[in-house]
Amino acid sequence: MARYGMVIDLDKCTGCQACVVACKSENNIPISTPEESEEGRKISWMEVIPRVEGEYPHVTVKFIPRPCFHCDKPPCTLVCPVYATYKNDEGFVAQIYPRCIGCRYCTQACPYTVKYFNWYKPRWDAPLQACFNPEVSVRPAGVVEKCTFCHHRLMKAKEKARGENREVRGEEYQPACVQSCPTGAIYFGDLDDPKSTVHLLARDPRAFRIMEDLGAEPKVYYLSEK
Amino acid sequence: MRDYARIRDLEKLQKDIGKDAQVFSPILLKPTPAYWATVLVLSAILGWGVYAYIRQIQYGLGVTGLNRPIYWGFYIINFVFWIGIAHAGTLISSVLRVTSTEWRRPFTRAAEAVTVFSLPFAAINPIIDLGRPDRLLNVFRTPHFTSPLLWDVVCISIYLIFSVIYFYIALLPDLAMCRDYLISVSPFRRWLYKTLSLGFRYDEKRWKKIEWWMNGLAIFLFMVVVSVHTNVSFVFLMTLQPGWHTTILAPYFVLGAIYSGCAAVIIIMALLRWVYRLYNYVTDVHFQKMAKFMIALALFWLYFTGIEFLAIYYGREVAPMTIFHAKVFGAYKDVFWLMFLLTFLIPLTLLVIPKTRNIPGLVVASISIIIGMWLERYSVIVPSEAYPRMANFVGLYFPTWVEWSITAALLAGFCLFYVLFARFFPILTVWEVREGREHGLQHFVSEMKAFYPGEEFHG
Repeated sequence: MARYGMVIDLDKCTGCQACVVACKSENNIPISTPEESEEGRKISWMEVIPRVEGEYPHVTVKFIPRPCFHCDKPPCTLVCPVYATYKNDEGFVAQIYPRCIGCRYCTQACPYTVKYFNWYKPRWDAPLQACFNPEVSVRPAGVVEKCTFCHHRLMKAKEKARGENREVRGEEYQPACVQSCPTGAIYFGDLDDPKSTVHLLARDPRAFRIMEDLGAEPKVYYLSEK
Repeated sequence: MRDYARIRDLEKLQKDIGKDAQVFSPILLKPTPAYWATVLVLSAILGWGVYAYIRQIQYGLGVTGLNRPIYWGFYIINFVFWIGIAHAGTLISSVLRVTSTEWRRPFTRAAEAVTVFSLPFAAINPIIDLGRPDRLLNVFRTPHFTSPLLWDVVCISIYLIFSVIYFYIALLPDLAMCRDYLISVSPFRRWLYKTLSLGFRYDEKRWKKIEWWMNGLAIFLFMVVVSVHTNVSFVFLMTLQPGWHTTILAPYFVLGAIYSGCAAVIIIMALLRWVYRLYNYVTDVHFQKMAKFMIALALFWLYFTGIEFLAIYYGREVAPMTIFHAKVFGAYKDVFWLMFLLTFLIPLTLLVIPKTRNIPGLVVASISIIIGMWLERYSVIVPSEAYPRMANFVGLYFPTWVEWSITAALLAGFCLFYVLFARFFPILTVWEVREGREHGLQHFVSEMKAFYPGEEFHG
């Protein structure tokens, strides 16, 4: 079984937010107003977090694109009272929207704050209604959602492979954010496949994971010259 | 006609059980306009809260001030707070019963009633907080027992069930008295007393049974009391959130619960004493004993708060230090220092100075403690959420009218239940008082004989 993971090269990231936009349109994420965003109600499965380091005149800014890390030991799945969030066979941290009771305990347990809550009934302005992705369900008000590593694309790839009587190849499917990155800063594939790019990059001397000391073992690696 | 019959009932009671008949007069005589006004105001506040909740269901939790990262706000604070209030009643009653402390006798029921009526208003909070209350039963359909929330469901259910049983058993002998003596009340009430008293009669066998059950349940409930608030703290301390992820939270929550709960019992005892003219039963002696207990609790509270902060400060870890700074010197310093003033400085000053250690002083101290302990829960829960480890923003929380209304409605609902209960049932434990009269002195003398051999004691 493949262990899908992501490697993000921070030295290549320009902070253009193409991944954020691609994710929003791929996954039918409702558009929020500036006021709602100010109130902390916007939903953004992929978020680019700017991090300013050092003091003038030695200041550097890093842009950290942050999807869900799909941890191997996720702290969020343990606390769900109804099994609405769990680690599935592919190692993805999944959300079952029709089961979620909206207690927001998983959002508290996630040390990376990647989970989002639907504060209102989701809505789209008129023309956007026509651009729904039919492969992704629209979430109702009152449930928690987050990045799925574009799991629906894996489903599609699996069906294709089954039709051709073979296994899914490691890099056969790519999430929307990976495809849209203009500088090619995001890599995606099977972390356990010794021939895959992500496997090699995850062992790069520049590679690190965020807050590794927490022991959640995220499957998203970052590359950066310190 | 009715008035005459009522007086006749009281006279008969007085003849049979002596001056304790006074306790029955508030439930037998006609209610005053003040009673109706109280019921009306409380119902109005409760109704307004229900309206606010309906709005929340219609429009989603967006009508509250909650956001990312302040995912939990007033509702969860109210949950912890009301569970705390629910603690003292059964705790006081059970501890004092097991240690056969005589001065417990008049007010065990008033204390237990605090538990029984506040627990539903505590347990409803996590449900109000749900994004999808319509799916609540998923908790039983697909239970996931690694979740501390589910441990809470189990613990609180056990606590509620056994508190009600404990409360009800202690009510039985007095219900039987209501059934036998209050003849002039409305047919509905007669039916109520008759049904609820389960045909209880005064005989040796039944008394023994009641004593046995009360003692057994008291011991069991004491353990449940500790476990319930420990579990409530588990909801927080099991996560990795800085400020929550510390073992001190469990005993701290238990202590806080006893502290605020005892304050609630003191306020209610003072109110009952005043409204029902129970000056002979609930006396200054009771309040003096409670005052000393509260001083001990206040000092314990300082000790717990002190070691929690000292450990964080000495460790200098980044994430917990951020929260520490925010609480004590930063964005949440107003709440923290107001809390410190209300939970510690004001009550301790009032209780330590002998001049203010009287009933009004104790009531003021208790009100101060209750508000302070609510702020303490705010100070424990909200700042830890406000500084996510991996974000470049600080969470801000401005609760809306919906949260304020529901919070007010919870308090009004509790008071309403209590007022109605005190109207229909004797709020003082009459049988315990009578038992104390009969056996108290004998018990005391036998103890004294055991302590000081060779002395003669004559009752």
